[in-house]
Amino acid sequence: MSFLSQDVPLSWYLLLSATLFSLGVVGFLVKRNLITVFMSIELMLNGVNLSFVTFAHQWHAVKGQIFVFFVMVVAAAEAAVGLAIIIAVFRARATLAVDRIDLMKL
Amino acid sequence: MHLILFFLFAACCLAGAINLLLQTHPIASALSLIVVMTSLAVLYLLLGAEFLAAAQIIVYSGAIMVLFVFVVMLLNAGREERTMGSRSARVVGFPAVVVLLAVLSTLILRAQGLGTAGLDQGITSTQDLSRVLFHELLLPFEVTSVLILIAILGAVALASHGSGDPHGNPERTAQQ
Repeated sequence: MSFLSQDVPLSWYLLLSATLFSLGVVGFLVKRNLITVFMSIELMLNGVNLSFVTFAHQWHAVKGQIFVFFVMVVAAAEAAVGLAIIIAVFRARATLAVDRIDLMKL
Repeated sequence: MHLILFFLFAACCLAGAINLLLQTHPIASALSLIVVMTSLAVLYLLLGAEFLAAAQIIVYSGAIMVLFVFVVMLLNAGREERTMGSRSARVVGFPAVVVLLAVLSTLILRAQGLGTAGLDQGITSTQDLSRVLFHELLLPFEVTSVLILIAILGAVALASHGSGDPHGNPERTAQQ
């Protein structure tokens, strides 16, 4: 039972955070729907937030947690504006597939 | 106990993130993202950030994901079609992700002086957090409220464009 009562190394939290970020990047590249691409960005933000909280725990610093708070605020604003843009794009093009929204593609 | 909770919720987190990638329907992806965010809230609590755990559930899995689900419902987003994606994503993107993950993991595993997290190491109380937030960082806090206000105005201006306009293009109003 001593195995179960031991503490967790903080590097495991950081590894989880790096993995979440990478999965977010993969989702950004793989997904073909505008809304799910946006969700992948949220996943990346969450991965970074986890590493902020981990380092705040490591250095016993409150400011790291406050940074996560600000990231959450900016993410909320970003989600509101981004989803409004998605609605505007859907009105103009009547599609959500990123392959068909390629006006600015070279 | 900390170890069990960490493994349980880290597994939930990764399963939700992978499920987000595998699902083809946007609403299923949104629900897996809620799983990821709620498990992250538990991990924040394990790291002693009680206020952030509550804020994560209220702001992320509450407000933001409701917004996502609303937009999925509003736009009637169906199953996404699988295409090959862009060539630049295949050539540059995926190797870059693999390299990034490898470099990050190596750095993290080789880092010296990283501590451990246990259940008995105390939590950062909301009192400590708000003391720093409202004394030292009052100006950034007020600036974010302006940011939120601008974001609200921008979202309303973008989303309502054309719908209440009597001189608008009749084709566009017919599409809505």
